[in-house]
Amino acid sequence: MKKQIKTKPLNTLKCVFPVKSVNEGLSRMIVAAFISQLDPTVSELSDMKTVISEAVTNCIVHAYKGFPDKSKAFVYIYGEYYSDGRVVIKVKDKGVGIEDVKLARQPLYTTDRENERSGMGFTIMESFTDKLRVYSKKGKGTTVVIEKRIGL
Amino acid sequence: MECSYDFKDNVLHVKLTGEIDHHNAKQAREEIDALIERNAPKKLYLDLSNITFCDSSGLGLVMGRMKKAAEFGAAFVIRNPSPAVNRILNIAGMDKLVKIEKYAAAENK
Ligand SMILES: Nc1ncnc2c1ncn2[C@@H]1O[C@H](COP(=O)(O)OP(=O)(O)OP(=O)(O)O)[C@@H](O)[C@H]1O
Ligand SMILES: [Mg+2]
Repeated sequence: MKKQIKTKPLNTLKCVFPVKSVNEGLSRMIVAAFISQLDPTVSELSDMKTVISEAVTNCIVHAYKGFPDKSKAFVYIYGEYYSDGRVVIKVKDKGVGIEDVKLARQPLYTTDRENERSGMGFTIMESFTDKLRVYSKKGKGTTVVIEKRIGL
Repeated sequence: MECSYDFKDNVLHVKLTGEIDHHNAKQAREEIDALIERNAPKKLYLDLSNITFCDSSGLGLVMGRMKKAAEFGAAFVIRNPSPAVNRILNIAGMDKLVKIEKYAAAENK
């Protein structure tokens, strides 16, 4: 029999901020501070900061492209962690969405050639997490779910 | 993000200090490009030993400067990438595309 006990998170985080690039640094600091209770190693911490930076930067750069009123454009971060060291962070936007997620996740794939993007964001996120899920709907927005075990 | 430089004998040394993300990559890009345009060096060293954080924007920055240097006929070398930079360069396989010098002599600081 499979043991599936629904455990409650030890702690949760909710945070919303406008799509301004100054908030990239802020979001990294917030998430790093949030998971610090789990006693992450230096490398776990820097992995997590990088992943958050990638996800949030994508919301800022891509999600609200062409939106006339950016003051109504937000990035949403939801975090939780569990007693076994599992950290789950959701980074969400209500922007244009991604038409083909599988394609977008390919290394070097970018729709933004003119701004020196490398197209490695998703690849970096994948290699620094245990699990990365991407939910997106055209015209509705995108949610990236980051899962990583810390301090084990 | 701080950008310091030194130009002598046709060699441009640029050293970046701080965090490279999308927010501050733009400023670094503009400063380095202005230096390349002004000095038209034969060689560009980009010292990344003092970078404390780097994401994919750092890859874009490095690849872009490599292109820019090539336009000016300058050789491009990354010097002493910090651990934060190395882990990103390695994922992208850039460590094979760009010339990287580690632990270079102190006289060339
Ligand atoms: N939140 C998002 N909303 C809309 N499109 C997105 C979003 N995130 C990613 N994308 C699309 O997926 C593509 C790939 O994303 P990825 O982060 O891998 O590369 P990039 O952002 O283009 O470049 P880099 O991250 O290397 O600077 C983007 O070019 C964009 O078209
Ligand atoms: Mg990206």
